Amino acid sequence: MTVGEKVFQVFLIVFIVFLCVMMLYPFIHMLAVSFSTPTEAIRPGLHLFPLEFSLDAYKNAFSSNQIWVGFGNTIFRTVVGTILALVFMSLTAYPLSKKYLPHRTFFTLLIVFTMFFQGGLIPTYLLIKEVGLMDSRLVYVLAPPFFISTFSLLILRNFFMQIPAELEESAKMDGASDIKILFSIILPLSKPILATVGLWMAVNQWNSWFDGLLYIQDTDKMVLQTYLRRLVIENNTQEMQAMMDQTGGQDVVPESIKAATIMLATIPILVVYPFLQKYFTKGIFIGSVKG
Amino acid sequence: MKLTLSKSRTKVNTKAKKQSIWSEYKKHKLLLLMLLPGLIWYLIFYYGPLYGIQIAFKNYRIADGITGSEWVGLDHFIRMFSTDGFTEILGNTLIISFYHILFGFTAPIILALLLNEIRSNVFKRVSQSISYLPHFFSWVILGGILDVLLSPTNGVVNHLIQLIGLDPIYFLGDPKYFRFTLVTSAIWKEIGWGTIIYLAALSSVDSHLYEAAIVDGANRWKQTLHITIPSIMPVIAILFILRIGNILDAGFDQVLNLYNPAVYSVGDIIDTYVYRVGINGMQYSYTTAVGLFKNVVGFTMILIANYAIKKSGQEGLF
Repeated sequence: MTVGEKVFQVFLIVFIVFLCVMMLYPFIHMLAVSFSTPTEAIRPGLHLFPLEFSLDAYKNAFSSNQIWVGFGNTIFRTVVGTILALVFMSLTAYPLSKKYLPHRTFFTLLIVFTMFFQGGLIPTYLLIKEVGLMDSRLVYVLAPPFFISTFSLLILRNFFMQIPAELEESAKMDGASDIKILFSIILPLSKPILATVGLWMAVNQWNSWFDGLLYIQDTDKMVLQTYLRRLVIENNTQEMQAMMDQTGGQDVVPESIKAATIMLATIPILVVYPFLQKYFTKGIFIGSVKG
Repeated sequence: MKLTLSKSRTKVNTKAKKQSIWSEYKKHKLLLLMLLPGLIWYLIFYYGPLYGIQIAFKNYRIADGITGSEWVGLDHFIRMFSTDGFTEILGNTLIISFYHILFGFTAPIILALLLNEIRSNVFKRVSQSISYLPHFFSWVILGGILDVLLSPTNGVVNHLIQLIGLDPIYFLGDPKYFRFTLVTSAIWKEIGWGTIIYLAALSSVDSHLYEAAIVDGANRWKQTLHITIPSIMPVIAILFILRIGNILDAGFDQVLNLYNPAVYSVGDIIDTYVYRVGINGMQYSYTTAVGLFKNVVGFTMILIANYAIKKSGQEGLF
């Protein structure tokens, strides 16, 4: 390496380390504040760990009924929504991957067109009303962008297209129907891509807050993120007061409560993140090869 | 005589054609059945709203329904373009989107090129994993975090700013800084995730090209200029087309969670306007017209960008 290249390498490493710190620090900060006493929580400056430790913010958060309701609804939509999506995306992608499907191009264009032109927020809102999904938990798993993601659908379709035709042909000779082929041969071979697509869907479900804001009035059906938004973004004083009243309101401040509730929504993702790393990113590799 | 003969022949031909279409359907009826639920879903949830778009040209009243509401032609569009408020919204949308494209589109490319230069595989993989992290959280969570970190009273960023002697900055409340905050935080969130597709393209570059370049005496920088960048140009082109198609998308999710009335003048974009005035204000027809305008422009932009890129020699989207 030349001197120039050595210098570059040094700068490169310094820059990348700085970048990583920028990515991680906000979460470390919030974690520290969530475990802080009131005086420590409002202290200006760096928070790498709580200088004064307290579990009170979490005690408050855990005794709030609304948090558990939120968790319940979010877990429901994540699990049910992802399973539903994987089933129906597979069922839809498989026929589209077969060249001999009648009107294949037409169907594909019909679906892909929706990626480039949509009705818009208001017409969709009115349609959801029309279909009777207003204030129903089903809207979490049936309404776009969930149930079927066109992008994931195309990735699945392309993957199915790459599976050798001989496998299917020999199964057909043994008398297997298309559905049997899909479930006994194609899907087992597609585990990696299904994992990736499923994970994308699950993360989106977990993070979804706007449909709750738009379509749901019943607080029993609210998801965690929508409740979080009311607490943290809309600065809903009623909700905050109700939260703080759980333990007499003495040992917490809004800052530590906000941090604790944010961490409650964040920690599940942080926990599964290292284990599912490869699934998150593999899909793009597969998709980009023949995207 | 001749005429009748040919008539009966075409009759037979179309009958045969019809029969073969039906037999194709029958042959693959299970396949079509598998497709049916998804298809119906698309028809309901994507084409249903497309049918409802017509209220942009009507005075929609809930009691009258879509078909019963009266036509008003281009009234809403005229109103749109003659309101000062809308011009401001359109301006904000274009400016913010432009910044997003100028900085947010290019940042992952640069980072990908840099990551590509890292020698240690372990260091590269770990830093990649860390860089993807903010991508996985919603703007509700990130907005809450930014609210805390950027607070003018006890936020850590302003604490550091004051340490070097400057006045605290209202990142989220000052119209002068709001757009900067939007673009920078968006880059922070997506830069890592955005590198994935470029790194995938970079990993497929033929190493022989680099070897040949080294023999010719090219240093790393020249190699980057003449081999690396041209090899990811097709990916850049496609992603650029898609990005341009979304030119009127200035980041609804982010703005709705970060903005407040103090910064409406610089931060209110088409989508947040449609949400506030349409859903909360219940002006359904008017905001549908605004939304339709946005979608038509977006669609046209995709077609233009696709054409332009194909003209320049790259492969387009279609």
